[in-house]
This record gives sequence, C-alpha cells and structure tokens, in this order.
Amino acid sequence: MKGFSGKLRIVINGDIREVSENITLAELIKSLHLTPERVAVELNRRVIRRSEWAETTFGEDDRIEIVHFVGGGSSPFSSV
Amino acid sequence: MSSVAPTITTKSDNKFEIAGRTFTSRLIIGTGKYRSYEEMKLAHKASGAEMVTVAVNRVPLNRNSESFLDHLDPSLIILPNTAGCDTAEAAIRTARLAREALNTDLIKLEVIGDATTLFPDNEQTLEAARVLVKEGFMVLPYFTDDLIMAKKLLDAGCAAVMPLAAPIGSGLGVQNPANLRIMREQLPYATIIVDAGVGTASDAAIAMELGADAVLMNTAIAEAQDSEKMATAMRLAIEAGRLAYIAGRMPKRLYASASSPIAGAIK
Repeated sequence: MKGFSGKLRIVINGDIREVSENITLAELIKSLHLTPERVAVELNRRVIRRSEWAETTFGEDDRIEIVHFVGGGSSPFSSV
Repeated sequence: MSSVAPTITTKSDNKFEIAGRTFTSRLIIGTGKYRSYEEMKLAHKASGAEMVTVAVNRVPLNRNSESFLDHLDPSLIILPNTAGCDTAEAAIRTARLAREALNTDLIKLEVIGDATTLFPDNEQTLEAARVLVKEGFMVLPYFTDDLIMAKKLLDAGCAAVMPLAAPIGSGLGVQNPANLRIMREQLPYATIIVDAGVGTASDAAIAMELGADAVLMNTAIAEAQDSEKMATAMRLAIEAGRLAYIAGRMPKRLYASASSPIAGAIK
C-alpha cells in the first residue's frame, strides 16, 4: 500500500529504509553507489535479474537483499 | 617371505576436470584472511591455482565498498561459495544470487551445522544439492568424510565431492586418512576434492597421496608467516603427492628388507 507521503518503507539487508514510492530497483542500486555488475539482488526471496531492474518497483515492507563477493575460503566467518 | 605377490596396479594420471573444464593445477585456494590484497595476489600467483573461491555477503549500505572481485587476477576461475549458510534454504538462495552476479553455474555448497566445529550439516547439504542440481548448478559440496554421504551426493548429481580432512581453519592436517582412502577406493571415478584442515605442505601431499583429485585450502596459505612462500610449497606438495599416488607406493613392512645384497659380503 502506498502512503500519502509518497514514501515507502522497505527493508534492505535487514535495515529499514524509506524510499520514494516510484523508485525502481535500478535507481535504488544507483542511489546506494553500487556497481551493478558486482552485485546481485533478491526481492522477497526471489532473485531479480539485472535486465529486470529498470522495471522493478517496490511495495510496502518489501524485503530486499543486495549481495556482493568478499574474500573467503573454507571458512564461513573469514570475510576480509 | 610373504606368499602374496604384490599386485601391480598402474594408475593413469587422468586429467582433473570439473564440469567439463580441465585444470592443470590440482590446488584450489580461498581468498579470505589475507593481511592485504597485495599479499593475496602474490600467494595466488605462486600457488599456480586456476580456481579461487569467494564468499557471498550482504553489501554494507553505510559505507562505500570497493569490489573485492577487482582484486583477483581476471584469468582465475571464480568458485562462489555458500559459506555462512546454516540451512539448505539459505544456501540455495545464496547460490542463485551468486549465479546471477557472476554468470557461473559453479557453486561450492557449504551448509554449516555448528559454529564451534564448523562441521557441515550433511542432511541440509544433500537437500540443497538436490535442488541446485535440478536448477542446473555444478554443485561441489563440502561434507564430512562419509562414504555413504558421498554416494548420495553423487547420486544427486553433484559434479564432485569435497570431504573435509579436519575442521575448517584448524590446520590439524589429514585426520581421516582411512576414510579418505576408502572413499577413493570405493568411488574410483568420482572427483574427490579434500576441502579444509590442511595446515602445511606435508598435509597437502598426504591428501594427494591418498588419491584426492585436488585439494582446496585457504587458511594454511593466508595465515602462514609468508603466504607467498607457503603457496609455492603447497603447489609443489600437491604435485609431489599426486606423482607419488600415480607412482604407487611400496608396501609397508614391519621388518627391514635389505636394499643391498647380503650374500657376498666379506666376513
């Protein structure tokens, strides 16, 4: 549901964020200063392909996971 | 004299292949725990490894994050892993994200069952493997050194199996030579990659002498006082161990067996 304020509440990587209600995923990635080719995105547990980012918008309380790659080997807790 | 003639088995040095790709190096290394990117790059080069594994993690939102991938030699094949996942579901989601970001079907599947030992949850691993294979992934699962589990993972369609030699990051060396040898003998056509537990070069050689097709390691190189030198040592140990396995070692005897003729010695 979209509020009167034109803002939406979404959860990005566990953090609650307010974004404008018409923002697309592509715009969100840009606003976070992320390199599109280096990240992958899940919206409500479904991977959104990069080609779909420009058409993807959000609903209230959507959950977004944005991941990238970090150093690691056989150890799950060995992030650089 | 033993009445049993030694069996002569010549092993051919088959190529190390994963998912149709042939590798010259039988060493796969991690990208974590290095003191600097520079040190990591030098170690990667010295190791001769053609494939490195990287972890998938949430991007930090409150600070600029440089891309870790830009610090890797572009000629390296990247093997994303599901490190940090403790359920099949999390591992499956992580694998899907990794595929989307890297455009690769390779995935090192890890589902950890316990934070103290970092032992794998074999049941969840198998469940995730079944789903990911159906989705077209080349699944390389980390699991405990259990032959029956290895069979189930291979039956599920995994491209290789990756039994541990000791707990992750422990550097204890190969704690399970009998189980690894049994796995090799019982699964002669499977690709077996020993993953985790190696501490120094002799450990890597032992894993290869037991018949592993390859060894994956991270901490043994990253936490060595000189990572680059240890990476070289590991490269040589992997080659030496593989050669020794192919050559076929002499049988062990309890008593001495003279190398020089005894008859004819002066008295």
